[in-house]
Amino acid sequence: MNLGTFYAQHSRLIDQIGINALLALSLSVSLQAGQLALAQAAFAGIAAYVSAIAAMQFGFPLAAAIAVAIAAAALAAAALAYPVRKLRGIFLAIATIGFGEIVRVVANNVDITGGAEGLSGIPNDVTTPIIYGALLLVALALVALARTKFALAVKLTREDENAARGVGVDVGMVRFASLVIGGAIAGLAGALYAHAFYFLTPTDFGFARMEQILVWCVIGGVTSPAGAVVGAVLLSILPEVIRPLADYRELTSGLILLGVILFVPNGLSMLWAKRGV
Amino acid sequence: MASELRLVGVGVRYGGVQALDDVSLAVAPGRVLGLIGPNGAGKTTLINATTGFATLAAGSIVLGERRIDGLPPHRIARAGIARTYQNIRLFGALDVRTNLAAGAYAQAGRLSDDDARALLARAGVPDVPLAATAAALPYGDQRRLEIARALAARPTIVMLDEPAAGMNPAETARLVTTIRAIAGEGIGVLLIEHDMALVRAACDDVVVLNFGAVLARGTPAEIARNPAVIDAYLGTSGEATA
Amino acid sequence: MLAQQLLNALFLGAVYALFALGYTLIFGVLDILNLAHAAIYMIAAFAAYSLVADGLPLPLAAGLAIVMAGVIGILLDRVAFAPLRRRNAGTLVPLISSIGVAIVIGAIARAVYGIDERHFVEGGLDATPIHLGPVTFTSLEAIILATAIGLMFGLSYVLRATVLGRNIRAVAQDRVAAALLGVDLERTIAATFFIASALGGAAGILTGLEYNAVSLDLGSQIELKGLAVIILGGMGSITGAVIGGFAIGIVETLAVAYGLSAWRDALTFGVMFLILVARPAGIFGARALRSA
Repeated sequence: MNLGTFYAQHSRLIDQIGINALLALSLSVSLQAGQLALAQAAFAGIAAYVSAIAAMQFGFPLAAAIAVAIAAAALAAAALAYPVRKLRGIFLAIATIGFGEIVRVVANNVDITGGAEGLSGIPNDVTTPIIYGALLLVALALVALARTKFALAVKLTREDENAARGVGVDVGMVRFASLVIGGAIAGLAGALYAHAFYFLTPTDFGFARMEQILVWCVIGGVTSPAGAVVGAVLLSILPEVIRPLADYRELTSGLILLGVILFVPNGLSMLWAKRGV
Repeated sequence: MASELRLVGVGVRYGGVQALDDVSLAVAPGRVLGLIGPNGAGKTTLINATTGFATLAAGSIVLGERRIDGLPPHRIARAGIARTYQNIRLFGALDVRTNLAAGAYAQAGRLSDDDARALLARAGVPDVPLAATAAALPYGDQRRLEIARALAARPTIVMLDEPAAGMNPAETARLVTTIRAIAGEGIGVLLIEHDMALVRAACDDVVVLNFGAVLARGTPAEIARNPAVIDAYLGTSGEATA
Repeated sequence: MLAQQLLNALFLGAVYALFALGYTLIFGVLDILNLAHAAIYMIAAFAAYSLVADGLPLPLAAGLAIVMAGVIGILLDRVAFAPLRRRNAGTLVPLISSIGVAIVIGAIARAVYGIDERHFVEGGLDATPIHLGPVTFTSLEAIILATAIGLMFGLSYVLRATVLGRNIRAVAQDRVAAALLGVDLERTIAATFFIASALGGAAGILTGLEYNAVSLDLGSQIELKGLAVIILGGMGSITGAVIGGFAIGIVETLAVAYGLSAWRDALTFGVMFLILVARPAGIFGARALRSA
């Protein structure tokens, strides 16, 4: 089997992995700031619909549709950031889950999104190179960001918010920025998804998807963006690898998840991380 | 004065309790003001109020020409007030270098390793490795790292909340030197302490708080002789009983 | 008409409350959200169905299934939470591990019971309608409501009047202090999981009976609704879970009554979101477990 055949047989999976990596990165940004903000799937869903509708109803070319979609997701994140600004921990998690559910219900009941049946026939012009190109761009941008004072502020906010304030960090701004940046990345992932798989339903980006993204990030290492990507890639490939197990696939997935989390609770990134950073 | 910290008639309420009641004091650059009093007298509340973590019910807090009460904590920090914490609040999982970089967050540019070592030297622990994890340091070194982090902010005023807690007399004596050196650099120091030997040796002036109000003020020697202070706090041996 | 709606809300809310009690018990004691709770709810319903299909009388089948749910709860703790407790792994990691267990339970349910929707009795259960003034309900619904309320009173009794209940409340308030005072932490936590999962299982069985349908995705609806209930009522509050359950029941029933059925979930989560923004502690909230 040569590379071409391999790709042809697995192109959908390969595309999905790239998009999943982006989704994982979007959550990782929030987790690095210490925020359990579980709305990334919803932001991706919003962007997916916006991009699809922009292309199908308003004839936007691909790049424009994606740009508008990212803007919509970032805007949603900015809007959500304000009411949840005082929430922490599990309360923030639940509030953002609630937001996600509301988005799902809206998508389910509104005409322009196609209701429960969703949208089909979305212009299928996102290719694998586009997805991985986007992933590379985002990765490079995050690497550049990691060298800035903002990255230090994020780390300090995660470790101890009040001590961070005490050294001059504007914690509110850090939380807002991390949510919006995560939202934009999720938006990119959602828009790419819409045009890569040309079919969209409200449950594509519901709580089940959010749970998945969270699992990737925690398995990879909550504070490590590289870990998040590794988690996404490994857990996306896993169902294919265990396909021969047929009926035991789901059970194996669950057991592997349990096994990893119990043996390496701080995530796989601990296997390669430096101390104290 | 240019960078004096002044509390004027400050009042703070927690629920029904008057945690601070009409408290006025001043911390002048280059001088060390001791703040003593029994537990619960309001000493930490005063620091919290000054750094923006408690709202004033009355009065005002001024740094130099600028009114700072009501500002969010991060703006007050940027205005030049740094502090250490009663229960040590380092960024424990991060290394020494990053903790110092955190202290210098509001400063332009990056903190070089040389700058970092200079800060550690000023805080009295020149030999602490920059790569060590903060939470793994010995207790005394952690307290001094907190001081170094405060100094990294190039503060006008430093507030130390019981920095000698848990230290033996030898370490405490070294701390006196460190505190006087900080003041010698022109920084105003507010020192909360229970250790009267430290207060006597390090402080130019002392304010005594009791039940949230100023009970007495004066030099350490005057305070040690003050009958009301002895009654409330010191006991006849001249040592703090709280 | 309003009376009928309120009664419907009562039936719906009772099950929500029962389910939410399981969430709130575990959150109160361990500060974790147990995302395997809905899976236990689902598999208990299947177990009860299966026992009834094998010829056991319903009350016995239900009772056994509830006990089984409790036992699964203890196992859940042993496998997914206890090892992490020992390693001080925080609150996010146990969440993920509970997801792992949920997946495993789901896989087991699928393997054992298959993917088809099951019905307790083909053709419907004993559903003789009873008319009481302006309202109508079935004898089955009455039994469901009575069972749910009975279980809630049972829980309240245990928490208020037994040594175990006192221990649970102590651990919920301050784990370290409780241990210092001689409370056997691991036993108390195991008992809490038993009770919480038994209640969740009971809620699943009652739901299966109410709609005469048991399927693999039985838990998907209530999993998140349960969160809304405990947020409304206050995390860690028993009374709150009960009141919250009925309150959400009312919100949803009225939504359906006024033609907003499709938006029902949005209303529920909208209410939840508002509570979080305005008063995150909920109606009765505080960290420690409160008794009814």
